[in-house]
Amino acid sequence: MASIWEYANPKKFLQTSGVLLPWVSVLAALCLVTGLVWGFFFTPDDFRQGSTVKILYVHVPSALMAINAWLMMLVASLIWIVRRHHVSALAAKAAAPIGTVMTLIALVTGAVWGQPMWGTWWAWDPRLTSFLILFLFYLGYMALWEAIENPDTAADLTSVLCLVGSVFALLSRYAVLFWNQGLHQPATFSMDAEQNIAPVFWYPAVMSMAGFVLLFVALLLLRTGTEIRARRVKALLARERLG
Amino acid sequence: MIALLTRDLRLAIRAGGGFGLGLAFFLIVVVLVPFGVGPQSELLARIAPGILWIGALLSCLLSLDRIFALDWEDGSLDLLATSPLPMEAIATVKALAHWLTTGLPLVLAAPVLGVLLSLPVSGYGPLLMSLAIGTPALSVIGTFGAALTVGLKRGGLLMSLLVLPLYVPTLIFGAEIARRGAEGLEIATPLLMLAGITCGTIALLPFASAAVLRVNLR
Repeated sequence: MASIWEYANPKKFLQTSGVLLPWVSVLAALCLVTGLVWGFFFTPDDFRQGSTVKILYVHVPSALMAINAWLMMLVASLIWIVRRHHVSALAAKAAAPIGTVMTLIALVTGAVWGQPMWGTWWAWDPRLTSFLILFLFYLGYMALWEAIENPDTAADLTSVLCLVGSVFALLSRYAVLFWNQGLHQPATFSMDAEQNIAPVFWYPAVMSMAGFVLLFVALLLLRTGTEIRARRVKALLARERLG
Repeated sequence: MIALLTRDLRLAIRAGGGFGLGLAFFLIVVVLVPFGVGPQSELLARIAPGILWIGALLSCLLSLDRIFALDWEDGSLDLLATSPLPMEAIATVKALAHWLTTGLPLVLAAPVLGVLLSLPVSGYGPLLMSLAIGTPALSVIGTFGAALTVGLKRGGLLMSLLVLPLYVPTLIFGAEIARRGAEGLEIATPLLMLAGITCGTIALLPFASAAVLRVNLR
């Protein structure tokens, strides 16, 4: 089996991602459509929450991906700092807007769900607040990428920001826990505990989560490919001006 | 290191260094709040700890771009980088100088402004303590932000966007101490947390600032 570092070669990465992309996209679409249609139309309404419970088939996976996208950026930034593979830096750059949108989706669907359930669009609850802070971190990260002209400098600075930001995001997470007690329920899905929702809801939810993961991977491959090609075009134009 | 510190302090205090601007800004913010929320002293007393903390934080933020910008423009940052002093030490000294010229005056001015906001008597001790312990963290974190954006032409607004989220934990614990103090509650837990944040940032962030400065000077 070849080493994973082979994909640090942009050409190899583009080849492989080009083969993978259609498959991942189709799989993502399948999972999403199945999970969401199943969740929306073929599950019974909750006896207290009515049909509003169904927004959680979007809310939970998007919140999951909002955090995982940041983790992926953290890993990619570390790889860039340690091994200086350009594909890694570009992948981190490509992941940021996706993560931002996921955070926004989680916040908005949460507000739409919270309005009938808690009677308010927004509360300064620890989970909600940490998500808002995560959103701010995403904005700062993207703004820094935009602001710096030299791509290598930008990659270095944003990587350090991502590392420092991760520590502070975690700190904020526990600081807001100290600061205010919450309305939000604790996590329902977990890897180790027994599942505490009925299988009727569980299967479409897992399907939809898988869909969101695959969607993230597909978008990430697409956007990283775009970044690599953009970098190539820039190099070609620069060469032409010289030649 | 001491030479660098005295140089920075002297530059800040002499004409054009902007020393005292942070203090004036702090005063203005605190004076504006009653215009915004009304002059009832019970209301002001309730929000005073938070206002004082946010005011201190904003005046810290405003003076951050002075940490490296001037040295970057006239090239003395390059000279410092080639000096035998390690970059980490430079970042630390810069943060210390920033704290001495901005953080410390804010701490000393806060009780006076507390009077304007009719802060309860029991709140002064905790407020002073929380600011004295918390503002070093603000300076160190701010130095990191200033180092990140030093090469940018219009970095000011971007720096606020980068630095303010990093200030969240410090603000939460600092304001919590001041609030609990004003209400006469026990303050040991948030005080220890804030002290932990300050010690942690002082110990670790200069390394990040130094790494970022090296990238910017490359």
